[in-house]
Amino acid sequence: MDPIIQVTDVVQRFGDRTIYRHVSFTVAAGEVFVILGGSGCGKSTLMRQMIGLLPPSEGQVLILGRDMYAAQADVLTRIGVMYQSGALFGSMTLLENVMLPLQMHSDLPAQASEEVARVKLGLVGLAEAATAMPSEISGGMAKRAAIARAMALDPPLLFLDEPSAGLDPVTSAGLDRLILDLRAQLGIAFVVVTHELPSIMAIADRCIMLDRTAAGIIAEGDPRTLRDQSTNPTVRAFFHREASQAPVATAA
Amino acid sequence: MSASAPATQAATEARIDSSDSGGTALLRFFGVLDLTASARLWTDVMRAVRQARGRPLLLDLAAVTQCDTAGATLLLHAERAHEGPTKIDGADTQVAAVIALVRPVTVPPLPPPPGRAVSWREVIVAALAVCTGGISYIGEVAVASARLPSRLRMFRATDMVRAADAAGVQAIPLVLLLGTLIGLILAFQSLVPMRRFGADIYVANLVALGLLRELGPLLTAVVLAGRSGSAFAAEIGTMKVNQELDALATMGVDAMTMLVLPRLIAAMLVMPVLTVIMELAGLLGMTLVLTAAGIPPVTIVGQVAHAVVPADFYGGLAKATLFGAAVAGIGCRAGLATGVGPRAVGLAATSAVVGGIVAAIALDGVTAVLFYRLGL
Repeated sequence: MDPIIQVTDVVQRFGDRTIYRHVSFTVAAGEVFVILGGSGCGKSTLMRQMIGLLPPSEGQVLILGRDMYAAQADVLTRIGVMYQSGALFGSMTLLENVMLPLQMHSDLPAQASEEVARVKLGLVGLAEAATAMPSEISGGMAKRAAIARAMALDPPLLFLDEPSAGLDPVTSAGLDRLILDLRAQLGIAFVVVTHELPSIMAIADRCIMLDRTAAGIIAEGDPRTLRDQSTNPTVRAFFHREASQAPVATAA
Repeated sequence: MSASAPATQAATEARIDSSDSGGTALLRFFGVLDLTASARLWTDVMRAVRQARGRPLLLDLAAVTQCDTAGATLLLHAERAHEGPTKIDGADTQVAAVIALVRPVTVPPLPPPPGRAVSWREVIVAALAVCTGGISYIGEVAVASARLPSRLRMFRATDMVRAADAAGVQAIPLVLLLGTLIGLILAFQSLVPMRRFGADIYVANLVALGLLRELGPLLTAVVLAGRSGSAFAAEIGTMKVNQELDALATMGVDAMTMLVLPRLIAAMLVMPVLTVIMELAGLLGMTLVLTAAGIPPVTIVGQVAHAVVPADFYGGLAKATLFGAAVAGIGCRAGLATGVGPRAVGLAATSAVVGGIVAAIALDGVTAVLFYRLGL
């Protein structure tokens, strides 16, 4: 089966600064693929390239077999994105937020759109909060509502940017469970940007690790294998929560 | 009976076929039942289901190759809409799994919430709350002003200068333009009827008095409300949305002293200056019209000097200072009262402009009565 994502030799530069170079990987249908790495290594930049917000300086991004920057309109209705903050529209209820993509991109009658949107909210456990405003719900609920909105058009591929950031461990584990359930029951593939180790271990089938110093991928594979077998000091430090050797502050 | 949707890709394109089988309505689905197909088939399916009422309904999914949550929602909606015995049959493992996933979370749409009449009592209570809130705010500003000498380190003079620059210096071109136009319009509109009575010369008296006593301070307050009252509200409102006000509170810094007083004082300082500029520009506009009408400038100056007494000028400046305080105070209060959500800052800015203009006009009425009583 063709990969659902194919990133080939992607390079990203901002001015003279190269964020990463020669980044290549594939993601299979139904796979949970995690992009991890320390702060500033380009995780979110790479995701922005895959969702069509930032054309790469060099290289190619194929999503569902189409060039993201040549057939963006076709591809965008077949992916869903959850942003770190949730990015729910504050002037709409949760139900209206989820209905919006349906109203924009499907010919469902109004009542049917509402029913489909309610089902999506139900799938993420927010059926009772359909008429709540985003300002009235917790951070964890906002992230689940954002996933419901991302799933509105039943895309085969969801991108999640830092889904666990700012959540307590219980809520975070619940979100991990939701991702695994949606993958298992609907066959959705996930690309998740995170550096939350418990989440990575819970959900990832495969991961890549970006590194700022190396300006590219320094490890790729099953996270459990990387944790147990990698000899790369940066990878080991990440998975074993070892502090950097660099001093935090220099005494005068 | 048969109601087949058109099929362009017979192998995968979804379609339905309805028939009767021994007293049971049979609705057969074909192809991939995804969001697009559900949208296309929804009306046909519901029509077929309504026609099947009164008989058992069998939804045959043997020919459905794939289904997503929208497709499952359609099937479950059809099951519910039939309002009678319904059976879903023939689904393969994937389709059955998606239906099983969606079934527990399928809920009928809620009816719209009933409207609620608002009683006069609630209106009066709300109006009183607004009034007491306003009085309380004035009190807080007064207390902060009184305590200013002991809290000087919380008072940021640079903020005051920046606010004075934004509200005053940067408003001068607009004030000059508006003043000149108002003077031109007032003089022209007055000249036409006054000329009928041979009283052209008194247009100078009329416009000069009107500008110095009323229109100069009032129009400048409108400009201040539109430009700076809204800016104060938006600036402080954004700080509130970003929890910067909470940060100030937890640092033990008084927001009144740090945020409100600099803007209030800046507005009170720039308003008289802007008013003088507005009045001079208005007199210039009036002079242009009257000169064009054949009245010599020296005559115009003589008429103005004769009509206007220093109390008119100083009374106007006092009003301007008062209007400046009201407009800035209301702008800052709207910012402090900003709610939550993306519309909150916009609402605060609107509230600042409307409140500032209404307050300036109301205060103008109060001062008019006061000056009359004082014989000014």
